[in-house]
Amino acid sequence: MANRRDSAQQLASRAVQIAFLLGLFVLWYCATNFWGVNHLLLPNPVAVFHQLVDVLQGGEYLPDLRVTATEFAIAFVLATTSGTIVGFFVSLSRYSVRVFEPLFAGIYSIPIILFLPLYVLFFGLGQASKIGLGTTIAFFPIVLSTIAGFSNVDRTLVTAARSMGASNYQLLRYVLVPAALPVILTGLRMGFTVALLSILGSETIASLAGLGHHIVQLAEAMEMSRMFAYIVFVVAIATLLNVTVSYFEARGRRLG
Amino acid sequence: MTSIQSSRVQTADLRGNEWIPATTRRFLLRHPGVVRLGVVVLLLLAWEIAARFAMDPMFISPPSRVFTSLGAMLGTDGVPNALRLTLFELAVAFAIAVAIGLTLGLAIGLQPFARRSFMPIVLLVYGMPQITILPLFILAFGIGPASKIAFGVTHGVFPVVVTVVAGVQNLKPILLTSARSMGASRWQILRWVIFPHMIPSFFAGMRLGMSGVLLGVLLAELYVSTAGIGHFTTMFTETFQPNKLFGLIAILAAMAIALNEIVRRVENRFSRWR
Repeated sequence: MANRRDSAQQLASRAVQIAFLLGLFVLWYCATNFWGVNHLLLPNPVAVFHQLVDVLQGGEYLPDLRVTATEFAIAFVLATTSGTIVGFFVSLSRYSVRVFEPLFAGIYSIPIILFLPLYVLFFGLGQASKIGLGTTIAFFPIVLSTIAGFSNVDRTLVTAARSMGASNYQLLRYVLVPAALPVILTGLRMGFTVALLSILGSETIASLAGLGHHIVQLAEAMEMSRMFAYIVFVVAIATLLNVTVSYFEARGRRLG
Repeated sequence: MTSIQSSRVQTADLRGNEWIPATTRRFLLRHPGVVRLGVVVLLLLAWEIAARFAMDPMFISPPSRVFTSLGAMLGTDGVPNALRLTLFELAVAFAIAVAIGLTLGLAIGLQPFARRSFMPIVLLVYGMPQITILPLFILAFGIGPASKIAFGVTHGVFPVVVTVVAGVQNLKPILLTSARSMGASRWQILRWVIFPHMIPSFFAGMRLGMSGVLLGVLLAELYVSTAGIGHFTTMFTETFQPNKLFGLIAILAAMAIALNEIVRRVENRFSRWR
């Protein structure tokens, strides 16, 4: 009985969600078609859809996508390797955790995007400044979670493994890494998200190429429907990436 | 007993450092903050030496010169105004974000049905890269403070909503039931049961909201290169004045740290009522 009521309620929630989103679309359509909202602020959804189809078919997004994807991949790999390695060495002694953890946490609470002008001055407007900023921003959640993961491993496990004669490598491979993995994976997911955000953001603010740059160009050319199409495209890619990463995080947790 | 054990563990941590006198070692063990400060000073020194002797002064500037040129930077026409305006935008955006976030969070969180229906939508929007719609905000609200406040609000509101909903959700049903059975009115329940119990998560939400607002406002400030902070960062970059650029950014970073710290202190203070 309770089960049936639950599923009925779930259905109702879904209906409300769909109705809400549909309502938004109808509002959008009416606002642009009948109520005379300026097309420079809000383009027609139908026009946006046509532009989106055009963008996807034409493949003109490919060079920009390649630029953004390269920056992102390099930044994430750099942040992951440096973050996990630094985090591991800090977590080796309880004392160095107490010295370094508040330092990293303090810097992490500053909006690091502030330093973008410094990166642009130092590395130029090209890809290097985006990679540098993305690496810096993603480094902090990764290093903090690595420290948290390794330093919270149950001491009994370590002692037990040692007393059974585990070597350093065996201790790391079979005790420390599996025990710390769930926390580290959370940090990696957060690093992934903020790296993507900061790279799109720095492309928007100051760059020569990339998806964020393209959106700004379209905004400056007042090609609003095409710009909306690009926004939809980028948001879809970002959502897809985030969902994928969350999936791998959940899988990795089960493995650990 | 435990303190003896833990100090033995810590002494083991500093093995191989016998050249440090025992009293100093004990002092450092008790106060890791001193060592942390030392690390920061070392990093600044390394930066100073690198910037002075190894790198191009067009692109990087040693901390000492940044510090001495703070006055000149603040003397640049318009900079103090831009900083003041940014602080104003941060305050207004934070207030609006908290007000909207609290209202929305209560409206969504108090009813299980509304929560199940609208939380997925909130989380979906929260997960989107809002930076892509920044140019729209500028088109809609202009290059003045309005667009920056609006962008700060959209960044700050979602963390507040999510934490307020989580706080209301964690309320034990028995508290509500017992209050109701003792004849409490809706308002009384809200005031005396729900409100005190969501205070910790509300302040946690305010802290997250503050970092969101900082991100949104600063992104918009940096994006607009014709007015405000973004104008000066662009100008200092293009005229190769790293002294002033580093100084301006250091002041903004100090502002961010101070605001974060205020919200964190308030949170610690009000979360301890239980």
